[in-house]
Order: sequence, then structure tokens, then C-alpha cells
Amino acid sequence: MNDNPFALWVYLSQSPLLWLTVTLLTYAIADAVSLKTNRNPLANPVLHSMWVIGVFLLLTGTSYTTYFGGAQFVHFLLGPATVALAVPLYENRMQVAAAILPMLAALAVGSVTAIISVVWLAEAAGLPRTVVLSLAPKSVTAGVAMGISESLHADPSLTAVAVVLTGIIGAIIVTPLMNRFGITDFRARGFAVGIAAHGIGTARAFQVDAVAGVFAGIAMSLNALVTSLLVPLAVTLLVR
Amino acid sequence: MIASLSLILLCQLAGEVIVRGLGLPMPGPVLGLMFLLWLLLARDRFNILARGPLAGGGVETTSRGLLAHLSLLFVPAGVGVVQKLDLVAAHGLAFAAVLALSVVLTLLATVGTFLVASRLMLREKKSAP
Repeated sequence: MNDNPFALWVYLSQSPLLWLTVTLLTYAIADAVSLKTNRNPLANPVLHSMWVIGVFLLLTGTSYTTYFGGAQFVHFLLGPATVALAVPLYENRMQVAAAILPMLAALAVGSVTAIISVVWLAEAAGLPRTVVLSLAPKSVTAGVAMGISESLHADPSLTAVAVVLTGIIGAIIVTPLMNRFGITDFRARGFAVGIAAHGIGTARAFQVDAVAGVFAGIAMSLNALVTSLLVPLAVTLLVR
Repeated sequence: MIASLSLILLCQLAGEVIVRGLGLPMPGPVLGLMFLLWLLLARDRFNILARGPLAGGGVETTSRGLLAHLSLLFVPAGVGVVQKLDLVAAHGLAFAAVLALSVVLTLLATVGTFLVASRLMLREKKSAP
């Protein structure tokens, strides 16, 4: 046995093993709860994993850098998962080809709305300039948004937080909102949540309907493309 | 499974190399997505490509596995909020309100445009001889 009971903790808390386990275990429990509630939007597994792990880090005085040492293995998979979206796209290519014009129109309007609305609202709310800039790419997937934020000399880690919060809000709001407006076209519903709330919205769409999931995935990847072109332009035009 | 994962990584790698090399203003994984899609479509046309991960649904199964828990992959970035607690304390409410409003506006604008455009398309198809 160890003389010092803290020695084990000191060792474990610095190893990737502990933080990877904490991430997967917390998510597995959050996901099981979400399943138990019949995928109630408020039981969003990302939201609940986030605060549970966050509180755990604060209580144990662990830095985010240490945590990320383990969690980076999960974070890394965002890239391959984006590539993997080719498969649902391929499998539903007929349906996608049939809806190509509505998709392009919705992409143009949606990506512009996502950027302009957040920049204007953030300025109107009197948020500091770095925060406004960091919020601009919030509707695209984390890796891409952080890259855009870096090129604007904003705060990429703040952008990452904004991206995840946006995704969670979108995933929670989309089902009640679309039902409220009586929208039954799952292609349109999925496409909208993919534009507004990237991968977390796409994950939600796959839970609701397979077709919605496919359209969300396409929207998410197209939006990543368009937003990386639009944000620098919008920022020079809108931010004083 | 290993071969399928390698193929996915290879597509991403090719995407990154081209994006960085040519200084393209797009994310590498998105170009990787296009490569994989192109490979899948090419396989249906040219039998010679239907081998390894591209045969017998190999890459399809692995991709579905990766996408089954897409939201898990956002957890590490989300936990980053612990670094921003001072900002949350100062502007948390405005921050959340701005994001929520923007999400609602984006959802409605996108879904509205999609529906209007697909209706216009249907009408045009019907009126065509």
C-alpha cells in the first residue's frame, strides 16, 4: 500500500485514463437517462455530461488542460465523424438529389441568418468586442468554428463553448418549435437543425427521424463550408 | 473495421493536406467527406474499387458506428466552459439569450426557405408540359 493516500489520486488525476473514463462513463449515464425519458429534449446528454464533468473538475481542483489530456481522444473523433457523414449522404443520395434546390436556398438564407443575427444581437446586448467576434461562427461544428475564431484573433476556447451551447439549445428547441409551427417535412426540419446547431443538432435529428438526420448531416457539412467563407466577410461589414 | 477506419482517416488526411497545401478556406474534414462520397459513388461504377473496406459494407458499418454517438464527441469542448466562469458570471445571461434567439431565428429562416423553395419547385414541375 501507498504511504500517502493522496499519491494514488495525484497519479491518476494526471493520467489520461481517468479523464477518458470520466467522459465516457458520464456520457453513458446521461445517454441512458435520455433514453429512459424517451429522448426528451431537456434530457440532452451533452448538456448534462457537461455540467456534471465541469462540477467534478471544480470540486477536485483539476485544470481543463489536465482534463483535456484524456478527453482529447474523444475530441479528435470529431474530424473522422465529419468524414463519416459521407455514408448517410451516399445512402440517401436519391432523396438528396431531388431536394438540391431547396437545400441550396435554405443553406444561403440559413447560414447568413446564423451569422448576422448573432453578431447584431450580441452587439445590441453590449457584449465586449472579443465576445462578439468569438460568437460569430457559433453555428458550425467545433473544429471548424475554432479555426475561424483563431483567424479573426478572437478567443477560440470561448468559441468552442458558444458552439456547444448553440448545439444544445438547438437540439432542445427544435422539436417543440417545429411542432408548434406544424412543420411535418422531416427533410426541412433536419436541414434547419443542421444549419443552426451543427453536430449536436444532427445527433438530435437522428434520434427523431432517419431522414431528418441525413438532411441535418448534409446541412452541417455544407454550413461548415459556407460559414468559413462568410464569417470573415460579415465581421468586416458588421463589427465596428 | 481497422481497414475502414484507416480509409476514413486517409480521406481526412488527404483533405487536410490539400486544404493546408493550397490554403483553401474550408475545413479539411469536409473535403475528406467529399472524397469518401466520391469513392462510394465510384465503387458502384467501377467493380475494381469494390474491395477491402469498400466491399461488403465495411466502411458503412464503421461510419454508422462513429455517427451513432456524435453528440459524445462534443462533450470535451463543452466542458471548456469551466475556463470561462468569469465570463459566465459577467455576461452569462446575455450570452445565453443571444445564442437562443439567434438559434430560433436561424431555424425558422432555414425551414421557411426550404419549404417555400420545395413548393415552388413542385409547382414548376406540375406546370411543365
